[in-house]
Amino acid sequence: MTTETLPRAPIRNRTSTLRRIRPWLLSLWGLAVTAVFAAPYAVMLLDALRPSGDVLASPPSFLPRVWQWSTFGTVLGDERFIAWLKTSLLVATSSTAIVVVVAVPAAFFTARFAFPGRTAFLLLVLITQMFSPTSLVVGIYREFFELNLVNTYLAIILTNSAFNLAFAIWILQGFFSSIPRDVEEAANLDGCGRIRTLWHVMLPLIRPGLVTAVIFTFIAAWNEYVVALTLMQDDAKKPLTVGINSYVTGYEQHWDQLFAASIIAIVPVVILFAAIEKHLVGGLTAGSVK
Amino acid sequence: MWSALLWLAPSLALIFGVVIFPAYELIRASVSDYSITGLRKGSAGLKNYTDVLAHADLWVVLRNTAIWVIVVVALTIVISLALAQLMAKDFVGRRIMRWSIIVPWAASLVITARLFTLILDYNHGILNRLLIWLHLINEPVDFLGDDRFTMASMIGVGVFVSIPFTAYVLLAGLNAMPTDVFEAARVDGARPSQIYRHITLPLLRPAILVASVLNLIYVFNSFPVVYTLNDRNPGFSHDTSITFSYKLAFKSAEHSVGMSAAAGIFNVALILLVVMVYLRLIKWKEVTQT
Repeated sequence: MTTETLPRAPIRNRTSTLRRIRPWLLSLWGLAVTAVFAAPYAVMLLDALRPSGDVLASPPSFLPRVWQWSTFGTVLGDERFIAWLKTSLLVATSSTAIVVVVAVPAAFFTARFAFPGRTAFLLLVLITQMFSPTSLVVGIYREFFELNLVNTYLAIILTNSAFNLAFAIWILQGFFSSIPRDVEEAANLDGCGRIRTLWHVMLPLIRPGLVTAVIFTFIAAWNEYVVALTLMQDDAKKPLTVGINSYVTGYEQHWDQLFAASIIAIVPVVILFAAIEKHLVGGLTAGSVK
Repeated sequence: MWSALLWLAPSLALIFGVVIFPAYELIRASVSDYSITGLRKGSAGLKNYTDVLAHADLWVVLRNTAIWVIVVVALTIVISLALAQLMAKDFVGRRIMRWSIIVPWAASLVITARLFTLILDYNHGILNRLLIWLHLINEPVDFLGDDRFTMASMIGVGVFVSIPFTAYVLLAGLNAMPTDVFEAARVDGARPSQIYRHITLPLLRPAILVASVLNLIYVFNSFPVVYTLNDRNPGFSHDTSITFSYKLAFKSAEHSVGMSAAAGIFNVALILLVVMVYLRLIKWKEVTQT
């Protein structure tokens, strides 16, 4: 499409041969890329399907020496795993909801109105984007320790929301600015107040931006590790990322279960991604890449 | 002014409550003296800072950080540029390829990192087995234990997990380009390499900027890959400044919350400086305001 790069070569025969094999060449490249990105996770799947001892066998074998189909059932029947899964779902969905509810008004307002402090606010958002929970983890721990919120869902939900807010405001603000002002003015003339205009007119128009912000926040919260590792002490309250590490510790080594649990954690996200991929590409374009 | 406050209040509350306040707590911790159990014993003045600056491994850590950030970001951008071109083309197997590229993004970094410690292992790693089977090497390589290979292995995994996001941002940029420019260039007889250099790359500039800034931030702050791949090596010989400050508090002989906080302050200052200098170099304003 945009990068159709074949020149009008002077030699006819060569062009037609090239044209004929070109789709195959592309498919071949595609296959190679697929192999590179999928291979480590294929190893993961194969390791989930063999006894833990076989995972650490030396020399290693490509295929399981014994196929152990029961691992996934074992993991899904494990109460600890179900508890971690619940925590992850709770934390990721709550954080995503908070980010959307908080980011939309801020992005809308800064995109539409010139007010004193607008530049300062945008600068604050940019600086927030540069902070990661990892670099502030000691400060975060001190704060929640003093508020007596260590080991609570609230603490990690708030942390995930706050650190993903900047990206959402950034993306959404780009979308709001790209909507022509006439659209909003027409709605105002029809008697819509500012909030109703935002809700009924603007939000449907920025759907790709919303999808992008939602997905990014959800993934980031779903995969967050350091803060949860530091703040959550009850085994049952840990999210998946932290919890499943206890399948392989100094005391027990269940590599098969660790990897089966990981695959169960990855699959929903990949399906979600695949379903909204089109919106995602559109969303990144209009929002961050104007 | 007051209505602005109303629309921005939730964002400001979240940013100040969970980003700025921990930053303040981090500063306070950095000038405090703590007992092993985390109780504040009193002021430490600037001792924590001078301790960090006098730390024997500081220069190794800073050198590692520079290599890690520069090499990972540069390789990621270059490979993603090529990959985005391929993703934009139409061929059999394209969807599968796009889905496979999503997987490392959807998988938790901790798990991917743990998976790679196994794949790269000296005794039971499948990569050694594969390379021997292909007759590329004669005996196993200690990817994670041998000082010559540890950083390179970390960088490889770092690039692998950074590519998906980057490739998608660049793909979004490619898709947003007007096609008529390319048509015109081709009619004028421009060669594919000329089109790429003089039209595609300049038009892709905003997308490359967004991708590099976000990657700079993410890679600098990246914790799980460096921490996990390097877990078995004692000391700080392959740590970046992020894992260095974490280990100072939670996993080292020092066990010092204060020193860790001081190192955290240096981290925040460093990333701010790097991003600001980068934005300055590439004239950020001109891009965001057009």
